[in-house]
Order: sequence, then structure tokens, then C-alpha cells
Amino acid sequence: TPHRADAGDASGERSALFDAEFKKLVGTIEPVEGKITVDLPEIAENGNFVPLTITVDSAMTADEYVRKIHLLSTNNPVARVATFHLSPANAVARVQSRMRLSKTQDVVVVAEMSNGALAIATTQVKVTIGGCGS
Amino acid sequence: MTATKPRIKLPESAKIGDVIEVKTLVTHVMETGHRKDKDGNPIARDIINTFIATFGDKEVFRAELGPGISANPYISFQMRVPGPGTFEFAWIDDSGTKTVELTTLNVI
Repeated sequence: TPHRADAGDASGERSALFDAEFKKLVGTIEPVEGKITVDLPEIAENGNFVPLTITVDSAMTADEYVRKIHLLSTNNPVARVATFHLSPANAVARVQSRMRLSKTQDVVVVAEMSNGALAIATTQVKVTIGGCGS
Repeated sequence: MTATKPRIKLPESAKIGDVIEVKTLVTHVMETGHRKDKDGNPIARDIINTFIATFGDKEVFRAELGPGISANPYISFQMRVPGPGTFEFAWIDDSGTKTVELTTLNVI
């Protein structure tokens, strides 16, 4: 059954699960901002079904491409939502999917570049009806 | 459960070198493993955990999915058309069952 997200949810709050997953992913590398565009609704009326588009700015050539795009939730019961594997065959680093959000929170996208660099984007989504048990 | 009713959307036709969007959808409950039934018993996790797209025997896209992906997982990605060929899309569930769909791209 759906439940109401707490009106007072601070989206800045991040679960210990997220922190551990993020640390595992990023290690000692400092991810840079500004290379990833994430289209997510500002307000998701139904947390079971939140459409998203992720685009990473990359030439997608043999010399410079996006290897992986990690989609993380900061406050779902499981932090890792998905990992997408790309290659120069894609030509454009853009993926779409639909995700669950159990309550208002930040969605974090981390992209791994072919040279080992990391990019990051953080997007807050306010959730009206939480995606139960996501 | 096994993924059923795969639906693929490709452009009606494409030329070599075009960048196309490939849209995929499959019917599946994506049970998270965090819910309980009406008697309070936990409902076991049952999700599609892997999606693989190959074109002409070359892997062109792969996704590892967690329970945070919505039911009936929709995934789209981009590809530069290397030539005529057929896509093989595969969805693998938690029990290891693989659902496969073949779709030929109309290259003109």
C-alpha cells in the first residue's frame, strides 16, 4: 500500500547504505560536476513510477567515452538502482528508464569515463506518494 | 516470474551512420523483496537483474538493474548504426531465466 512521504523530509539526508555504496563506487577519486544532465520531475506524484533521462557530455569515440552510468538513490532501501554499460557503439551517452522513490530524496548519478575520471550530478525529487518497498 | 511480452521500438528505417534510439519494455512485477503480504509475511525479491542488447553478435548495451527500477522495466539507449543487422535483447531474472527477443533493423 502507498504511504504518504513525510512533508518535512530533508532531501539532504542520506542513508548509511547510500554512503557505503557511494564510497565503494567513487573511492578516492573526486567526481566533477557539470558533465551530466538528469531529467527528473521536480515533484513525483507516484514514487513507483518516476521517469528519468540521463545524458552525459562525451564524444563517445574510442579515445573518450562513457563506460558506465550508475544511478543511485540516497534514501531507498537499496541504494544502487541501476548501472548502465556503454561504449563508443552508442555514439550518444543517453539512457532512459523509470525508477522507484520511496520518499523525497536526492537522486545521484555517477558516470565513469574511459580515462578513469568520474562525473556526478545530484537531483532532488519531491515525492507525494512513496514507491513502497523500493 | 519470467519477463513476458517484450516490446521494442526502433525507427521505421535508418541509414548506416545514423544514431538511433532503441526503446525496450518488458512485462515484469519487479518485486522488491521489501514488501509484506496481507498476513505480514515477507514477499521474496523477484526482479529482472540484467538486460543485454546485442546487434550483429556485438554487445552494444547492458544494464544491471536493482529493485529501485519500476515494474515493467523500460530502458532506452542510443546506437550508431554500423550496418544492417538484427538486435538480440535479453532480460534475465533472479532465477536465471532468460527472455530473448530478436528484432531486425531496417537499414536502407
